[in-house]
Amino acid sequence: MNHDDGWRLAFNDYATSSFLEVLRRDSPHLLPNVSGVPHLSDVPHGTTVLAVRYRDGVIMAGDRQATAGYQVASRRIEKIFKCDDLSGIGIAGAAGPAMEMAKLFQTELEHYEKVEGDNLSLEGKANKLGQMVRMNLPAAMQGLAVVPIFAGFDEKSGVGRLFKYDITGGRYEETNYEAQGSGSKDARDALKKLWRRDMPRDEALRVSLEALIDAADEDVGTGGPDLIRGIFPTVKSITRSGFDDVMEDEVRRVCEAILNDRTKTGNGA
Amino acid sequence: MPLPYYVSPEQMMKDKAEYARKGISRGRSIVTLEYADGILLVAENPSTLLHKISEVYDRIAFAGVGKYNEFENLRIAGIRHADVKGYSYSRGDVTAKALANAYSQALGNIFTQDIKPFEVEVLVAEVSDGTNGMRSEIYHILYDGTIEDERKYAAMGGQADEIRRFLKDHYQDSLPLDQALQLGVKALTVTQNKTLSERDLEVAVLDRTKTRRKFRRLPPEALSQLLGTTR
Repeated sequence: MNHDDGWRLAFNDYATSSFLEVLRRDSPHLLPNVSGVPHLSDVPHGTTVLAVRYRDGVIMAGDRQATAGYQVASRRIEKIFKCDDLSGIGIAGAAGPAMEMAKLFQTELEHYEKVEGDNLSLEGKANKLGQMVRMNLPAAMQGLAVVPIFAGFDEKSGVGRLFKYDITGGRYEETNYEAQGSGSKDARDALKKLWRRDMPRDEALRVSLEALIDAADEDVGTGGPDLIRGIFPTVKSITRSGFDDVMEDEVRRVCEAILNDRTKTGNGA
Repeated sequence: MPLPYYVSPEQMMKDKAEYARKGISRGRSIVTLEYADGILLVAENPSTLLHKISEVYDRIAFAGVGKYNEFENLRIAGIRHADVKGYSYSRGDVTAKALANAYSQALGNIFTQDIKPFEVEVLVAEVSDGTNGMRSEIYHILYDGTIEDERKYAAMGGQADEIRRFLKDHYQDSLPLDQALQLGVKALTVTQNKTLSERDLEVAVLDRTKTRRKFRRLPPEALSQLLGTTR
């Protein structure tokens, strides 16, 4: 209320429902800021995430490895986060800033929902994320690029939708599938051959994992299914009924089936 | 030169308190009670768009009576407080106690410093997860910053005293949701000669069986079912 500057503020203060604006105004020290830092290269980077449209919505999947230079920085990081009940974000690029961005974005959506008593449209969410990626541009120039994938179920049109971004905050909607990160080209190549319109869930899950396994095969930064430690990709589904985890058991079974088939037939070798 | 006049601080506070109380007593009431799975909040509110009850954070809800624009301002300030705190520390570090204290400070300052006090009472409730003997917390903050730590049930608004008396006689621990709701609605009508249907009510719960965000609004269809008025 200290900010009240007459009744006009109620109209001009568009920031009332944005958490990002609240931080910028009241607690700028909490905003991610790397200005004045020299170019960084050996910080942990998240590698491959993807999103695939299917009959009921979107499946998002990501490998579990973070890579710093030629080293494995972590074998168990999560790259797919729930944003709200009907959307998720997959992060690739510098892991620290990317996770911070995901957390900030998630708070932003929840804050808006609580203050306004209503959800943002999927379009609105996608645009907001674009602004946040653009905010990160100075950091991107210092080697800390963050390039997310955003996917969600659009209640208005009743379909799953997915968006990709570039480091300048450019927002591009994809209709079928998209992958991001160091193994993304290989994942996209796999998806190009395997994706088909209106896949059922089982097939979409298998296709997503095939693509991640291919990415791990070709890209040194991307981690494949780790049978020794029991680490498998994270997979989430977003449908009309909400954002759901695909259970690790199921992911494990499908991964094992893919690897078995490939051993038997030599496919993908 | 205008004629200087003197009002004793005592008189001034008395006048302000009376002014605030008058404003609050014109409004409809809200009751809150603990039930088997959490905390139930029931407001008499025929509007389905202008809320008196709201989510603040994972386990915390807000309710306000009195002047809408005033408690709406407080509600948004509370959500900001909670979100900033949760963002800079962790989600578990956001507590109703800190929030209630902030409200108490704010209302206390406004009451003593501003010419016109806020004509509101607010309530902050936090549901416990039911383990380690932790109990749920309900804080009731008055227009002058007075803060009360309520147990099991609370009422505020025009008929708060009568409602509290009614609940004192009729409240039971661990009621199932439907019975708790029926009791709450009965309490709201204790001074009035009318019945409230699901259309006149705004109801929400902090349901400890939910994951993460415990706040849930009960839509009219669910209400009529719980009230046993389904046709």
